[in-house]
Amino acid sequence: MDIADFFDTFFEEAEELLADMEQHLLELDVDDPDSEQLNAIFRAAHSIKGGAGTFGFSVLQKTTHIFENLLDHARKGELTLRADLVDTFLEAKDIMHEQLDAYRNEEEPNQEAYERICQTLQKIALEEIGQTLDAPVAPAPLIEQTSSASSEATEAAPQSERQLMVALLNVSEKDRTLLVEELEQLGNVQSHSGDEKRYEVIVTGDVSGDDIEAVMCFIIEPEQIEISVTDVDQAANANLALDPPADEAVDEVVPPESAKPASSAPTPQKPAKPAAKKAAPESSSIRVSVDKVDQIINLVGELIITQSMLDQTVSDLGDQSVGNSSLQNGMSLLQRNARDLQEAVMSIRMIPMEFVFSRFPRVVRDTAGKLNKEIELVTEGKSTELDKSLVERITDPLTHLVRNSLDHGIEMPDEREALGKPRIGKLVLSARHQGGNILIEVRDDGAGMDRDRLLAKARENGLNVSDNMPDEDVFQLIFAPGFSTAKEVTDVSGRGVGMDVVKRNIQGMGGRVEIQSKKGEGTNTRIVLPLTLAILDGMSIKVGGETFILPLSTVLESLQPAKGDMYAMAGDDVVLKVRDEYLPVIAIHEVLDVENAITDPTKSIAVIVQGEGRRYAMLVDELIGQQQVVVKNLEDNYRKVPGVSAATILGDGSVALILDITGLHRLSRAKKEAGKQVNYPHLSYYQEAEPS
Amino acid sequence: MSQANNGAVLSAAEADNREFLVFSLGEEEYAIDILKVQEIRGYENVTRIANAPDFIKGVTNLRGVIVPIVDLRIKFHLDSVEYGGQTVVIVVNVADRVVGIVVDGVSDVMTLTPDQIKPAPEFGVTLSSDFLSGLGSLEDRMLVLVDIDKLLTSEEMALVDSTSNR
Repeated sequence: MDIADFFDTFFEEAEELLADMEQHLLELDVDDPDSEQLNAIFRAAHSIKGGAGTFGFSVLQKTTHIFENLLDHARKGELTLRADLVDTFLEAKDIMHEQLDAYRNEEEPNQEAYERICQTLQKIALEEIGQTLDAPVAPAPLIEQTSSASSEATEAAPQSERQLMVALLNVSEKDRTLLVEELEQLGNVQSHSGDEKRYEVIVTGDVSGDDIEAVMCFIIEPEQIEISVTDVDQAANANLALDPPADEAVDEVVPPESAKPASSAPTPQKPAKPAAKKAAPESSSIRVSVDKVDQIINLVGELIITQSMLDQTVSDLGDQSVGNSSLQNGMSLLQRNARDLQEAVMSIRMIPMEFVFSRFPRVVRDTAGKLNKEIELVTEGKSTELDKSLVERITDPLTHLVRNSLDHGIEMPDEREALGKPRIGKLVLSARHQGGNILIEVRDDGAGMDRDRLLAKARENGLNVSDNMPDEDVFQLIFAPGFSTAKEVTDVSGRGVGMDVVKRNIQGMGGRVEIQSKKGEGTNTRIVLPLTLAILDGMSIKVGGETFILPLSTVLESLQPAKGDMYAMAGDDVVLKVRDEYLPVIAIHEVLDVENAITDPTKSIAVIVQGEGRRYAMLVDELIGQQQVVVKNLEDNYRKVPGVSAATILGDGSVALILDITGLHRLSRAKKEAGKQVNYPHLSYYQEAEPS
Repeated sequence: MSQANNGAVLSAAEADNREFLVFSLGEEEYAIDILKVQEIRGYENVTRIANAPDFIKGVTNLRGVIVPIVDLRIKFHLDSVEYGGQTVVIVVNVADRVVGIVVDGVSDVMTLTPDQIKPAPEFGVTLSSDFLSGLGSLEDRMLVLVDIDKLLTSEEMALVDSTSNR
């Protein structure tokens, strides 16, 4: 096995450690730092350093090393924390992340950033604690000197020919062979012997216990490793190296179970490191590629279809099946099991909103700092679960909305005080389930939106608005492209690009954005998203002999249109009067060229649907019913079809198209404009519609 | 153009014998590289796609995968286009996609030696020689060797989104 096989694992772990580090840094109270948190930050840096050293990522190793030393001083109370120091630490974390990314892409990290952050950190050390750290500023070969009470005595100790005894406890023979091979890469294996319970390997060479443990932890648990120095002459020296006081301090704060091996072992050995702490939650989960999960979801989707096919067959049997109770029982059991299985499988893809929310403390902190505002961030419903693909796509729009709230919503502290509000503005991020949807809110207690200013600005931009528009519609104006009421363009926002992108992104996920706002009291931006993109609640309809699916979320009501309620407008447009509203009529059989459909509107059924905030009346022949459908992509093997968002497979194994309301409306208009002379309207349609 | 075509034939000649699946469209015999063929199945349960070119019959469910069905008989302007029990769909894999093509029948699998593959003459309005990898000559038969990759991904087939980045 090659050491490169561990790279991915290291990258993923390091990424998690960096995220942990950031979270702790953000939560850190500079006036009264929690030693637990400082230790956690220190441990994260330490673990990354160990891994980076093992894999030869020298720049990352050196950066974390300096950072770690500084943290060590902070941990011991020799360095007094200040907000600006935390900022620098955060910056250091960012640079380490960049370095990690660079290594992942097999590139050399940015040397300039590295030198800069090292210098900055050194400067802090010099100014705050009056000593330099034991690492070169320039990326010269790293020869460390024992100059401070650094925890890094390990590296600082003379690294020349050292003899280490590595004892493996309860390791299977297969893993033992593997580990010995690994050790051969790190140093010279002098001998190895023992049994499954205790297997001893003697290694000599320029290698530290840390490195050995870092490599082996990928295969076995840290508790299973005992490392000790066997060479008597160097024992005193190496003892210091392997059991530095700093690490003992770590021990005091890690949960007792990880500290156990340290107390029970007879030889001077490495105490269980943070890795042990991580091991506990990790052993109860596995990393699986998303492809595999998707494959299972697909297969379960197939199973559901097969099950409904069987169901249909049984119900077609009619009387014959009624007498057969075991068949009936079996069918209902199958149905229940299949549904349960589907639910369980879908839940694999679900991840808590915490993954999204966890990045916002940083965003809020940075943005608030830039704007000189004081903001308190509150998150609610972190454990609400959402489909992974949606989680990935919601982050950017949400970041935009948060920035917007901070910049335009919440006022300057002095201004707030003058208004009788608390100086510190409050921003709430919340997520919760609501029906089959998830509701994400960004709430602030800022200035709120100014209806009159929005309307004035809209007129200036040449938009068609009227004074008696409902508030809801007025607020939607901010989603128009190029619309910004910010008095000045700032670093953060105000250029008027973005809100339209936010809306488009959210609509792309099958969701919608609503804004509630009260002048002087604040704004609440609500994002409503479906829980998953893989399954859709649909309403099946029939036109001619063909079956289509309308997303249930778009359907408002259905009715039989009366002749008196249909009005023709200029050209061949028709509107339907429903209560006090005139809705454009889309006859599906015309738009989709369905033959043998009911052409007399008064004999068909009008389904009132809503898409992108507009309502339409769709004429269909028949409503069949509601059902959950598995959404299948048409573009995998074909192309985008105007008026159709995706396809699904019905109980009888045939394909039905899922209709896209706004697409149908555009298609209907394009068709009317183009008249009959265009052969393939969708080809020309595509060139003019949707720049996205 | 002919230059590129000759190049294709030359590279084919360098390779050893190739196997082709022979199918008929009306009276004519065509052949495609057998390695492109995933399976052969009957024509059934095709859902029409509105506003698509007439040779795109629609989409069908192939074990949970939505597959477009193209009728080459319509594309090649054959006179009689009938659908019956004998109508066959050849499911091919091209450019990471799965596409079904409707033909009148599948006859056999042929092995052609490089010298049996002749360069395609430059002609054809309906079927540009761009989409041919050559002509296969077998005693009294002539097989039109279709470059199914090029044909199905071409713009005129309207199978691939030209606007998308795939």
